[in-house]
Amino acid sequence: MNNEELPIMEGLICPVPLAHQDQIVMGHGSGGRMTQQLFERVFRPAFDNTALREENDFAAAALPPQTSLKGKLSISTDCHIVSPLFFPGGDIGRLAVCGTVNDMCMSGAQPLYLTAGFILEEGLKIKTLERVVESIKLAAEEAGVQIIAGDTKVVEKGKADGLFVTTTGVGWIPEGRQIGGAKAEPGDVVLVSGTLGDHGIAVLSARGELGFEAQVVSDTAPLNGLIQAILAAAPHTHVLRDPTRGGLATTLNEIVRQSRTGILIEERCIPVSMPVKAACEMLGFDPLYIANEGKVIVISPPDEAEAALDAMKAHPYGAMAARIGTVVDEPKGRVLLKTLIGGSRILDVLAGEILPRIC
Amino acid sequence: MQFVDEFRDEQLVHNVLAEIRRTVTQPWVIMEICGGQTHALLHYGLDQMLPSEIELVHGPGCPVCVTSLELIDQALAIASQPGVIFTSFGDMLRVPGSHGDLFSVRAAGGQVRVVYSPLDAVKIAVENPDKEVVFFAIGFETTGPANAMSVLQAQALGLKNYSVLVSQVCVPPAMHAILGSPNNRVQGFLAAGHVSTVMGYWEYPPIAEKYRVPIVVTGFEPLDLVQGVLMAVRQLEKGTHEVQNAYPRAVTYEGNKAAQAILKKVYEPCDRNWRGIGKIPQSGWKLREAYRDFDAEKRFQVGGIQTKESDICIAGLVLQGLKKPPECPAFGVLCTPQNPLGATMVSSEGACAAYYRYGRRE
Repeated sequence: MNNEELPIMEGLICPVPLAHQDQIVMGHGSGGRMTQQLFERVFRPAFDNTALREENDFAAAALPPQTSLKGKLSISTDCHIVSPLFFPGGDIGRLAVCGTVNDMCMSGAQPLYLTAGFILEEGLKIKTLERVVESIKLAAEEAGVQIIAGDTKVVEKGKADGLFVTTTGVGWIPEGRQIGGAKAEPGDVVLVSGTLGDHGIAVLSARGELGFEAQVVSDTAPLNGLIQAILAAAPHTHVLRDPTRGGLATTLNEIVRQSRTGILIEERCIPVSMPVKAACEMLGFDPLYIANEGKVIVISPPDEAEAALDAMKAHPYGAMAARIGTVVDEPKGRVLLKTLIGGSRILDVLAGEILPRIC
Repeated sequence: MQFVDEFRDEQLVHNVLAEIRRTVTQPWVIMEICGGQTHALLHYGLDQMLPSEIELVHGPGCPVCVTSLELIDQALAIASQPGVIFTSFGDMLRVPGSHGDLFSVRAAGGQVRVVYSPLDAVKIAVENPDKEVVFFAIGFETTGPANAMSVLQAQALGLKNYSVLVSQVCVPPAMHAILGSPNNRVQGFLAAGHVSTVMGYWEYPPIAEKYRVPIVVTGFEPLDLVQGVLMAVRQLEKGTHEVQNAYPRAVTYEGNKAAQAILKKVYEPCDRNWRGIGKIPQSGWKLREAYRDFDAEKRFQVGGIQTKESDICIAGLVLQGLKKPPECPAFGVLCTPQNPLGATMVSSEGACAAYYRYGRRE
């Protein structure tokens, strides 16, 4: 057949589908070839491990050798949405790992595995996804956990904000370890691992809505290393809690409610960095209500408090640790704050959204 | 932090408190005008450190609290319209109108945006030429100049899609209303520091003279507040009624003349309804005729709304210093910051919110 005999197919031929190498399209959530390609290109190289290589709908993961089926599992799920996706000191990927790792290890657990679910918005740049996945990989490596299962769905443009990440973590709580909000006892010492409010102010500042640039870096960090150091030095620690949304004030209120005790804290002892303090002064925010993503509140029996504080200060994520107060018998269910000028007031939970003041 | 830490110094505050204790010989009722002062008093626990002879009552100086229900309802009606971007200071979003608040309008699909400055609202208008951008211009003399400036800027930019829903109110007429009331208990004032930064304090001598009350311009840090109380108590004990300035690092007698000039250029005095208090003659500002094109009330024709106020809420009495928040049967029970019946429970400057937040429940 020579060229003249070729049929004219213009207008009838099926076009070769575009590869969509640079952005997410609905097809990436179809479960078919494009989903597989996305997995092969983005997720597998980052998270490669035995469980993922099996390519099953489930991950079969080994228990740590020392368990011998003793102790308990610690399981935690956290959904992560943040705007912007990248901010000074972190991004949604690092946040997704640290949030769940930290929730798990507040029981004193050793975090082992994570699963990750991604809701991707149509039009998301694949490069952006790769940056987030790389960040997840690095944070998971730092925390010593493996990402062993995951899922991806795509929603139409406008139905999500770039991407949302949900992570579930599994950890192992060694036998005999009993840590929880209800364990706080009058006489215990309240410690915090560092400056408060950094994450919340960093994200607000990155949104560009503050009208000024704050030199604040989010504290997003996996805390299992710090927790291990604390528990090695103070094995009878009663409470570990990360003051995330709602900040220190809200977290302390949860603890007094659970333990039917009171907590008395001293404003002058609470570490707050200068830029956070300045931003809060300008906006009328209280740093005690601003979110943290790399801090832990530790409540220790008095004879172990010093050791716990020293252990924190010796760790990079606890260098600014401080003793901020004590657990008291009365008033039960209340957090009392001794103010800078020696007055006192009740520190209540956050009511609704934090809103900047008018004048 | 400079200019902050010194004014929160425990020893200095205690020195002034000791001086107040030495000075006071009988009970006095002093009103702090500004909600920011109320919050600072409770935030630092100062209310419990003053001698029992001194009763501080909380004034009407909370812009969110006194914005009339009619205007809130108009804001809700405008913000609900398609094609409108409604911009507001964040504090206003939670204020209950007759039916819902701006948060509920946003949840129902209305475009409601929080801005930190009215000039940001002008920017939004520039960026969205196909939308009507409305700014909720509430507040006292403090917010007035920046709100007025946004109108001037919109005019200079030739913007046809920007307007302001004006709810400007002024402090001196409210002081007249409180002191002239037959139920008045107030014997001295801590005047609002930031209002005075803009307006100076030349408006106060006639008030001090007419009602024979001392007026002390006072700031917002603990040391400012105890200093203001001390100066007021000294006058009360001596029987004088002068206007004094305890906030000289921010306030001069004349005030900020450039800001006052902008206010005068854009606004003219008008009667205003104060939520919970009622109509106070010549107590606010509206846009002058030359700027009526920027008046959202005119542009959107949302007049004639039937308002419905809570039957239980005593916000009006609280704002006049006649009742304390815990005296309200709904306080902390039916009325909380999550479910406010009145604006005083909403704002970061509202007296009820301050009492609730800082645990003053009795």
